Amino acid sequence: MSQQFHRAIVVGGSSGIGRELVLQLAASGCQVASVARRSEPQGEGIKTYVHDVTDFDTVPALFQQLCLELGGLDLIVYAAGVMPAVGPDEFSFSKDKQMVEVNILGAVAWLNEAAQRFGQAGGGTIVGIGSVAGERGRAPKPVYGATKAFLECYLESLRNRVGTKGVKVVTIKPGPTDTPMATDHVGKKLPATEAARQILAAARAGKRVAYIPWTMSLAFFLIRRLPSPIMQRLKF
Amino acid sequence: MSCPLPQDRLERVSAWGMNTHTTSYVFRPTTIEGIKEVLETARQHGRFVALRGSGCSYGDASLGAENVVLDITRMNRILSWDPIKGVAECEPGVTIKQLWQYTLGDGWWPYVVSGTMFPTLAGAAAMNIHGKNNYRVGTIGDHILEFDLLTPDGTRRTCSREQNAEIFHAAIGGFGMLGVFTRIKIELKKVYSGHLRVTPIGVKNWHEMFTEFEKHLVDSDYLVGWVDCFGAGEQSGRGQIHRADYLKPGEDTVPAQTLQVAHQELPDTLFGLLPKSIMWKFIQPFTNNFGMQLINALKYLSSVTLTQGKVHDVTHAGFAFLLDYVPGWKYAYLPGGLIQYQSFIPKETAEKCFTEQLALCQKRGIVPYLGVFKRHRTDPFLMTHSVDGYSFALDFKLTTKNRAKVWALAAELDALVLAAGGRFYFAKDSTLHPARLESYLAEERVQRFRALKQQLDPENLLQTDLYRRIFRT
Repeated sequence: MSQQFHRAIVVGGSSGIGRELVLQLAASGCQVASVARRSEPQGEGIKTYVHDVTDFDTVPALFQQLCLELGGLDLIVYAAGVMPAVGPDEFSFSKDKQMVEVNILGAVAWLNEAAQRFGQAGGGTIVGIGSVAGERGRAPKPVYGATKAFLECYLESLRNRVGTKGVKVVTIKPGPTDTPMATDHVGKKLPATEAARQILAAARAGKRVAYIPWTMSLAFFLIRRLPSPIMQRLKF
Repeated sequence: MSCPLPQDRLERVSAWGMNTHTTSYVFRPTTIEGIKEVLETARQHGRFVALRGSGCSYGDASLGAENVVLDITRMNRILSWDPIKGVAECEPGVTIKQLWQYTLGDGWWPYVVSGTMFPTLAGAAAMNIHGKNNYRVGTIGDHILEFDLLTPDGTRRTCSREQNAEIFHAAIGGFGMLGVFTRIKIELKKVYSGHLRVTPIGVKNWHEMFTEFEKHLVDSDYLVGWVDCFGAGEQSGRGQIHRADYLKPGEDTVPAQTLQVAHQELPDTLFGLLPKSIMWKFIQPFTNNFGMQLINALKYLSSVTLTQGKVHDVTHAGFAFLLDYVPGWKYAYLPGGLIQYQSFIPKETAEKCFTEQLALCQKRGIVPYLGVFKRHRTDPFLMTHSVDGYSFALDFKLTTKNRAKVWALAAELDALVLAAGGRFYFAKDSTLHPARLESYLAEERVQRFRALKQQLDPENLLQTDLYRRIFRT
C-alpha cells in the first residue's frame, strides 16, 4: 500500500536530488525540515535549518528539535553527499576524508537517530541515497565508490535490525543524474526532478532497493558480474 | 542547544480509538519524588507534560506528541481500605479493576464505573467519568472524598469539599491540566450480592426509548440504551434498553459465593470453545456498512422478540464492563481506528436533537456502527460534561478516505448540539473546534478554569494535544 508522508526531514536539502525531494514533498502537503549548510527559504511548508553534517555531536539534539517542530516524523532522507573531482593519479587524503565524513559518518549520525526512534515508535521510513558507484571498485573514484558501498551495507543492516518493527529502509541507487555534483559527467543524465519523483515513489512503496532509473539495474546486473581482470582493463 | 532527552524513552503512544498515533518520551515514575523529577526534566528541555493513565480516552486527551508523557500506571498501590465504611485510599494509577477486585469480597462495589475496567482512578477523576447510573449517583467525582494534587511548582495540596474546595471541583474533570493526582480517597457502595437483576426492554423508536427511560428512571439502579443507528424514519432510535437493579439483602441466598472475584470473571471463551481474544478477527469482516447493518438489525430483532422482558441475573462485572466482553474488539476497526462522538443534551431538547443527529449521519452516508444512550444529571464540577438530560454516543469507523468527511459531519453535529444547549466530553472527543468551547461551557466557566490554570500552572507545563487543540494556548 502506498504511504502518504506528513512530516519529513531531508538532510542535504538545499541542492541536487535533496532539493528536488524537499520541493516535491512540500508540494504533496508534507511538512518538511530541510537541513543543509546553506540556508535559504525554499517555500511554503518547508523549514530550513543550517547544519554541517560533519558536526556530528550536534545531531542528536537537532534531530529531536526537528521532530518537535514538525510534531512527529514519518520520513527521513539522507541526501547529503560530496564527490570532489579526483584526478586519475591523485591520492588526496583531505578529499577522501571529506567524503568519508559527509557520505558515511554524517549518514550514520543522522540515520542511527532515526532508526532508533522509528524502531521504538513502530514505524517510519528511512531513505538513503547511495549510488550505482558503490557496486564495483572503479578506477576513477576509489573513495566515493567505497562510501556508497558502505552506505548500502549499512542501510541493509538497519533494515535487518528495525525492519521487523514496521520501519522501511530504502536504499536508492541513482545512475548519472543532472545535479551540481555530476556537472563533469559526460553522457546521458536523468533530470533531478524525475529522479526525485521516482525516489519518492520507491519510498512510498517501501521498496528495499531502488535503481533510478530502473534500467540501471539491468546494466549493473552485468557490471557486478564482470570478472576483476576485465574491470582492471576497462578503467571506466 | 540543550542536551537531548533520553532517546530510549521514546515510545509510540496512541489514542484508545487508534485514530491518532504519536511518539513521545514516556516516563513511568513510582514515587511522588519521581513525578517531580519528570516535571523538572520536561521543564529543562522546554517540553510540556501530558498526564496519562491507562490511555482509555478515545481521542487525544492523554497524548502529547514529541513531548513528555507522564504515565502514572506504576503508582498503583491501594494504600488503605476500610471494609466497615467502604472507603479506599489509592495511589493514582490504581485501576477500577484493581479496586473492585479488592473490595467486592467485603461486599462493596464502586459507585461509578466506566464501560471498561482498565481506566486508572486518576484518569477517571481527571475526566470525571460516569456510568450507566449517572442519573442516580452522579459522576465518579461525586464519590471522591478527598485527593492530593501535586502542582508543577512542587506543592502538594489536599483537596476536598471542605478544604481547597474550588480546586477540588476544578481538578475533578480538569482533564489533567491543573496538577497530578497523587492520592485519591473514594467511597464505595454496599452490595448484597454479586449479581444485578437485569431486564431487557426492546424499543421501536426514539419516542419509545424516551418514554421507557422516563418510566424506569424513578426506581431503577442502572439504565442503558443501545440504538441501531441504521434505523431510519419511523424506526429511528430503535434499539434495546437494559435496566439493572441491585439485589436487596436476602434476595441472593449465596452472596458469599457471588461476591467472589472468580465468580465475576468474564468468560475467556465463547460457547466454551472459541478463545475470545481472537474474536475481533471474526468481527473484522463485518466492520463495513453492510455487515454492521446486518448485525444491528439482527440484534434489534432479537431484542424485540427473543429477549424482550426476560429478567435475568448478571454479575456486576458482566453488566458493567461490556467493552471488555470481547477483548480487543476495537482492533476490528483497524487500520483506521474509530472515534466516538458523544453529546449531552438537556432532557427538553434531547429527543429532537438525537433524531436529527441520526438523520444527518444517514443523509451524509456515514452511519455509526454503535449507538449508546444514557441518562445523566448535573454535578458541581467546573468543567463538567453532564447535564440534566441524555447522552448519545456514536462510534464511527475511520478510513484514510472518510476521515475528512467524518470531521465535517462532526462539525455539523456540533451545530445541532449547541442549538439544543448540549455539551461535550473530553474523554471521548477528537473533533471539537476551539470556537465551540465557550459556547457550550459558558464563557464564565472557561474563564474561571483559565484563571485557575494560570494560578496553579503559570508556566503551562501541563498540556495535552487535546488542550492545545481546544484551548489554543
